Amino acid sequence: MQQSDMKNLYSSADISSAGKSTENSASLELKNVCRGFGDEWSREEVISNFSLSINPGELTVLVGPSGCGKSSLVNMLAGFDKPDTGEILLDGDPITGPGKDRMVVFQESALMPWLTAYQNVVFGPKIRNDIPAHELKMKADYLFEKVGLVEFKDKYPIQLSGGMQRRAELARAMINDPLIMIMDEPFRGLVAMSRELMQEFFVRLFEDNRRTNVFVTSEIDEAIFLADRLIVLSNRPTSVRKIIDINLPRPRELNMLSSTEVFEYKREAMELLHEEALRNFKKSTPKADSKVVK
Amino acid sequence: MTNAVQSESIISAPRKKSNLEKLIRNKSLWRGIVALIGAVIFWEICSQSKIWFGVEIPWIGKVPPPSEVLEAWKKIFYYSGYWESWYLSTARVFAGFIIAMLLGIPFGLMLAVNRYFRDVFFPPFEILRPIPPLAWVPASIIFWPTTEMSIAFVTFLGAFFTIVINVLGGARNIDVQYLRAAQSMGAKQWDLFWKVVLPGTLPSIWTGAAVGMGITWEVVLASEMISGGGQQGGGGLGFFIWSSYMGGTVAQVIVGMISIGIAGYLSSSLIRYIGVISMPWRRLF
Repeated sequence: MQQSDMKNLYSSADISSAGKSTENSASLELKNVCRGFGDEWSREEVISNFSLSINPGELTVLVGPSGCGKSSLVNMLAGFDKPDTGEILLDGDPITGPGKDRMVVFQESALMPWLTAYQNVVFGPKIRNDIPAHELKMKADYLFEKVGLVEFKDKYPIQLSGGMQRRAELARAMINDPLIMIMDEPFRGLVAMSRELMQEFFVRLFEDNRRTNVFVTSEIDEAIFLADRLIVLSNRPTSVRKIIDINLPRPRELNMLSSTEVFEYKREAMELLHEEALRNFKKSTPKADSKVVK
Repeated sequence: MTNAVQSESIISAPRKKSNLEKLIRNKSLWRGIVALIGAVIFWEICSQSKIWFGVEIPWIGKVPPPSEVLEAWKKIFYYSGYWESWYLSTARVFAGFIIAMLLGIPFGLMLAVNRYFRDVFFPPFEILRPIPPLAWVPASIIFWPTTEMSIAFVTFLGAFFTIVINVLGGARNIDVQYLRAAQSMGAKQWDLFWKVVLPGTLPSIWTGAAVGMGITWEVVLASEMISGGGQQGGGGLGFFIWSSYMGGTVAQVIVGMISIGIAGYLSSSLIRYIGVISMPWRRLF
């Protein structure tokens, strides 16, 4: 009862920003998506019958055991790869290839090492030539301020720390005004402290403009802290195991992570993930044994 | 957030030093100088006293000592033919090398990015590649109207294959993330080529160029010896060595050898320097 109250409260609070959010947000719809790799005789289904709708203006977090097809899913959402069967619809239209309406922030930094931070950020608009020069400069300066990298504009990526690289990459994605941001374990590999700061920073950024966001992670705390909806994925072949609505108020604060609600969410998600991981473990154990014997 | 920025932004700027100060404080430079002086002293001692403890020193004991080589060098230092040889060999090396760069870089990039191009041109390329440049000398004398052109052609072959292989390998090894990122930001094939593939291949281009430059010196000298150093009778360093050998002064042969070493070192350094200049992001390691 209490939960549903909170949900109402939350959604009514959201209405004020709803008008703003719909214009730069889009919905994604995955319908029975299947994708496998390998030859006909040694084919492995990585994603099977994956159906999910991602609501506009929401931060949807996909969490799953490592080695499940999270990155394959991201590649299809971004348009680098196509589903074997099923379809992915962006605001009702099927995705045909990569486009600036969906920006991906990758696991590893994909900033181009031969460009300075500034050149990296303006890369997209420059090659499309769709923003007038003075406007582009203003926009870039604004974003650099927003991600706190003003003094590092003219540095090359290798001169930036891991966290700074991620923020530069966020700026590079945002300058293209995508309808959807896709984050593929973007904070993996950052040290714990920097990771926490990035999560806080990122959640503020999201709450500012409420752009539809698909966030992939294997960290359960990170997932709950960020998510509007938490999608727990099953093991390979990947499909949706369970959808958990995270009814925490926004703006999110790190101290919410110690509340009892979060504890409950976490317990539920952990149990599911543990089951899935165990399934995988059992599947792979005999194989590992036979290797040792040989 | 401001805290986050501050805590991460501590990258201390190094104190500015003048170039001269940097040069004097450069430990690598001093080690290099000491090593060179050491090598010359060792050489001098070994070739002065040819027999140590009743054992004849092999190789180095048969070579004239550096002092004698220096004498020979002094004699020809003001002789214009010697410097003309420098000029001729350098000109041949750079002619072949520059043409190899101009043709090799686009050829390698095309092999990397276009499958049809690769299917058609890679097999013949691979058959021609293992043929040593020197094996081309007789054929190239027949091909080209002047000896100068034949020599430049052989030189070109020496650098061309190395450059192409490096460019091809470098371009095929570009991280797919860069291409994907560029594609989702709206890059077309043309942009991918100029804005991602080309800058991403630059390190390999300069590696290939530095190796190729070394090979051109090896090749130009050998081809000068074989073809008799050009029609005008003007030698080149390779011919200089050959004629010194025929004339019978071993010291002068060594002068020629060292000259080549210095010329090769200088031209490789030049290539490396251009490489560093053209890739500012690599200077920061």
